[in-house]
Amino acid sequence: MDEEKVITCKALSKKFGDFYAVNEITFDVNKGEIFGFLGANGAGKTTAMRMLCGLSFPSSGEATVAGFDVYKQQESIKKNIGYMSQKFSLYENLNILENIEFFGGVYGVERKEIKERSALLIQSLGLEKEAKKMVGELPLGWKQKLAFSVAIFHRPKIVFLDEPTGGVDPVTRRQFWDMIYEAAATGITIFVTTHYMDEAEYCNRISIMVDGKVEALDSPANLKSQFSVHSMDDVFYQLARGASRSAD
Amino acid sequence: MTFFTSWPVERADQQINMKQLLAFTKKEFYQVIRDKRTLLIMFGLPIVQIILFGFALTSEVKNVHLIISDNSKDVNTLQIINKIKASPYFSVDESVMGYADIEEAFKKGTVKSALIFPSDFGKDLVHSGKAQVQIIADGSDPNTAKTIVNYLTAIINDYQAQLSPAAGLTYKIIPETRMLYNEEGNGSLNFIPGVMALILMIVCTALTSVSVVKEKELGTMEILLVSPFKPFMVLISKAIPYLVLSIANFTVIILLSVYALDVEIKGSILLLFMESALFIITCLSLGLLISNVTASQQTALLISMMGLQIPTLIFTGFMFPLENMPWIFQAISKIIPAHWYYLIVKSVMLKGLGFEGVWKETLILIGMTTVLLSVALKNFKIRLS
Repeated sequence: MDEEKVITCKALSKKFGDFYAVNEITFDVNKGEIFGFLGANGAGKTTAMRMLCGLSFPSSGEATVAGFDVYKQQESIKKNIGYMSQKFSLYENLNILENIEFFGGVYGVERKEIKERSALLIQSLGLEKEAKKMVGELPLGWKQKLAFSVAIFHRPKIVFLDEPTGGVDPVTRRQFWDMIYEAAATGITIFVTTHYMDEAEYCNRISIMVDGKVEALDSPANLKSQFSVHSMDDVFYQLARGASRSAD
Repeated sequence: MTFFTSWPVERADQQINMKQLLAFTKKEFYQVIRDKRTLLIMFGLPIVQIILFGFALTSEVKNVHLIISDNSKDVNTLQIINKIKASPYFSVDESVMGYADIEEAFKKGTVKSALIFPSDFGKDLVHSGKAQVQIIADGSDPNTAKTIVNYLTAIINDYQAQLSPAAGLTYKIIPETRMLYNEEGNGSLNFIPGVMALILMIVCTALTSVSVVKEKELGTMEILLVSPFKPFMVLISKAIPYLVLSIANFTVIILLSVYALDVEIKGSILLLFMESALFIITCLSLGLLISNVTASQQTALLISMMGLQIPTLIFTGFMFPLENMPWIFQAISKIIPAHWYYLIVKSVMLKGLGFEGVWKETLILIGMTTVLLSVALKNFKIRLS
């Protein structure tokens, strides 16, 4: 295994009082990989992701993101990642160009680069006519594609996607995944959480969290043969059935 | 070349703060300007408030500190003074003050009313049946001043009626009243500093807290916190556009007062602007603090409007005289920033005092702002870890 690792986690834990939200998780993510981070609600996905994004400090364990330590170098981590959350995250009363300009500016992208690449972005999304439209007027599918593009606009090493396709129809979801593949092909690492098991199949490798622990970690094909089932749905069901924390 | 090429890019640890601040401020301005509701609150409110408060408010006074300067010292003045002492409205202070001392006491604000008997009061009254007495009241608080004058005039008239014997002879005591600082008893003078405090308070606090909470609700705050933009900078860049807008708003109020209500600004306009900028920062800090403890726009608005507007109305002292309130209310008024700002504006705008007249109030405001701002910043950081 000489593959370059962009995320490493060793026995990473987060404790709230007596409760282990995340209990000693250990995994690595390789460069350019699409890494699916699965788990029922309450399994600890969001807490783990927040630690990796530099939003909260771990209680114990070690982790590095883009080569930076999650305890000491949160600021450097933030510069090298992109983030898109399950809640829609662009400004509805700004137009497409203004949103790009704003997020580009927040990440310190040069004005010239913003101008050049926003034109390319709008072109690749086919939104030339809508560039001056308020984002609030766009259909949800377009907003989500745009939000993803804005999250990677500053060309980060890793992009964290927190349930990015919630509430989107299957066709748009498929298109969204085409974009993810296109981005991954350029060397960007994708760390994605999802509820849809068909999306899990699109990932290079997936981990499944149950009750704060990583219970399974492999490629979708290997996991299916390991559990002797035909679909990711069944893999997930077998693991999640034993969960003590209730899913909401 | 397409959008998806040459990834990823190494971004050096450059100084990106200024660029971020610029991008953020720009975005914030776009958002405010496009939000018709915000603009309406911001610039519609002053006009409505000024019209509303244009109607003078009557108020009752009790235990007013009254200076009596008796330069005649005869049986008549003694009788009048005893009559005033017997009334529940005044607490009399018979100091031997000259006119200059009285004027000085008024300026300091330690005295709100005075009664002056000229040296030949008794002689005039006995010989010609006519005498003059001077009543002076602090007209920068016209409601109270008018009430004081009315009460004193009534007492003197009463005495005059008592004195006039059944047999033909009539005595006439002519009270000459003077409203210091507001000679015409112009009611608008008093409520303008109050309305200024009220509007700045509401606009700054409500709009800032709502705009921060809105980002929390929409999920954009999360994105900002994941970005290299420092939480401290998020708060600062939220505050800047509202500071600018509030100063514009303040200018509108001043112009309205001068041109629509004929208010004369006696003190330095520059000082007034500086003090107002300070108060605006106080309110912005309060707004940021509110946004830290609330999760929905409605709650933020409710706290800012109900939780601040009513105390501001009551405790600044521009609607209801603080002198009449129980001590606990008077004590509360001391921790309301708007109360101090109101005192400053009154002193600078109506009395024409310079910085030496308001430095104490200014220091108190600065202290309050520092505390509010540091608590707001600290809370904001705690939320992150």
